[in-house]
Amino acid sequence: MNLRTILLLLVFIFSSAQADTIVVTLEKDNALAVVDGDSLTLEKTVKIGRRPRDLKFSPDFKKLYVAVSDDDTIQVLDAETYQVVGTLPSGEDPETFAIDPEGRRMYVSNEDDNQVTVIDLATGKVVKAVPVGVEPEGIAVSPDGRWVVSTSETTNMAHWIDPETLEIVHNTLVDPRPRAAAFTPDAEQLWVTSEIGSTLTIIDTGSKAIVKKLHFKIPGVTQALVQPVGVVIDRERRYGYVALGPANRVAVIDARKLEVVDYLLTGKRVWHLAFSRDGKKLFTTNGASHDVTVIDTERRKPVKSIPVGQWPWGVAVRP
Amino acid sequence: MHYLRALGAIVGRELLRFLHQRGRFVAALVRPLVWLFIFAAGFRSTLGIAVIPPYQTYILYEEYITPGLVGMILLFNGMQSSLSMVYDREMGSMRILLVAPLPRWYLLTSKLLASTCVSILQAYVFLAIAYLYGIQPPPVGYLQVLPALMLGGLMLGALGMFLSSFIKQLENFAGVMNFVIFPMFFLSTALYPLWRLQESSPLLATLARYNPFSQAVELIRFALYGRFEPYAFGYTLITMLVFLALAIWGYNPSKGLMTRRGR
Repeated sequence: MNLRTILLLLVFIFSSAQADTIVVTLEKDNALAVVDGDSLTLEKTVKIGRRPRDLKFSPDFKKLYVAVSDDDTIQVLDAETYQVVGTLPSGEDPETFAIDPEGRRMYVSNEDDNQVTVIDLATGKVVKAVPVGVEPEGIAVSPDGRWVVSTSETTNMAHWIDPETLEIVHNTLVDPRPRAAAFTPDAEQLWVTSEIGSTLTIIDTGSKAIVKKLHFKIPGVTQALVQPVGVVIDRERRYGYVALGPANRVAVIDARKLEVVDYLLTGKRVWHLAFSRDGKKLFTTNGASHDVTVIDTERRKPVKSIPVGQWPWGVAVRP
Repeated sequence: MHYLRALGAIVGRELLRFLHQRGRFVAALVRPLVWLFIFAAGFRSTLGIAVIPPYQTYILYEEYITPGLVGMILLFNGMQSSLSMVYDREMGSMRILLVAPLPRWYLLTSKLLASTCVSILQAYVFLAIAYLYGIQPPPVGYLQVLPALMLGGLMLGALGMFLSSFIKQLENFAGVMNFVIFPMFFLSTALYPLWRLQESSPLLATLARYNPFSQAVELIRFALYGRFEPYAFGYTLITMLVFLALAIWGYNPSKGLMTRRGR
């Protein structure tokens, strides 16, 4: 056995010993569900603030941020113990937020106030409230930290905010009710889902022009039920996945050819998605059936649905 | 040795007969495929929301009924072989079989094994087509389903054999169709899960639960997904033995129904 094999073996042992932990917000239970990434079973639930929705780990995975909408704040939790260690001044009714790649700032959508609140994570203070379109919902920071994008549900636009000046520098018109936005890992494209339009708009980051618009149509499912919400793209930019809400399906998109390649069956009202750390699994939150569906991304098959609690909303994964 | 030769001859004859009747092979496949491609497609998303074992996640209707349709192949074949026994009896080739210098129970069981082999062959061809259609159980399931198919096939074949012992003429087979195959198939878990039946009629659910065909289908369903269901296994095994005993009794000229009916 040469050194390389031993090293590979060590890496294998080490990596397989480190199971992912999947954390899910339960909108009606006012709690977090913690799922073991190896056994794919519910480990425990932890009570937190009222109506938790979006959640994100800090880039170093030491902290967990949870938007507790009915408490009008973002709770800061210890990522290991789930103890609340602080709160952030998010403004009213925070639903979704994004953190820049260095973990310096957080951008929060304030649906009722038509603004994006920018919070300095080191001081926990508001830097600025950026006025955007009506009902901002989706928010994303590009992986290179160059752009912050907010989508407004009523104005039907993606607003491009420069993180240096915190001003809107460009707007892209998209289909009705843009729900979520995500950058490709290479930061070249922005993908925006439109809930009412039943579409995914793919925008070129450089020119801010629309590259392609994908329409979702599932045989046997009423078109009105096809409501795209959460969107994620894998690290290699091979496939993107869009949660289609009450259509109970996740669309699989070839991220190079920009074509829908498959629809996978999940639980009811599939809302948001997150990859396992190795990208081999995808976890979806199914609000109306109260479970999380695990999708094997290599076989492109749903493998298990795990009951987690009342109205799962968001999902995040840590090592 | 003698026993093995007889078994080989009976299985060989059955397979040969099956292979020579291409039409029968196609017809036997068309039935479940029509159900899969047309009937199931119409009900694609109607199963409703519930994850039931052995499934671990949500499935489309076509995935649910696939084990049921495999059961359907076994059921129809079991009945068809009973039809062929009536035919054999009318034609006289039955006499050649039954006068062989071997115990009658052995000959009948061999005959049963032969027709079950044919059923299994068809079931695998059907599963292969279903795989191409997108119904893809784990690979290990294809191996584990074999004993389940064997047991289910023997059980339904034994039932058919028992029935054939008191059908005097070929024409009466239509009666079997109406009074055995259809109730057995529709009153089972082949087409709808038990909880669905329970919702609409507890009586029907109870009948379906004790229907041996249901248990055979569940045994196949679990096996196909790599799991063993002891209750279904026990139920199918016991009913198989009961039907087999009844069939052997039915074909016994001194005690069975054959003499009493004055044949």
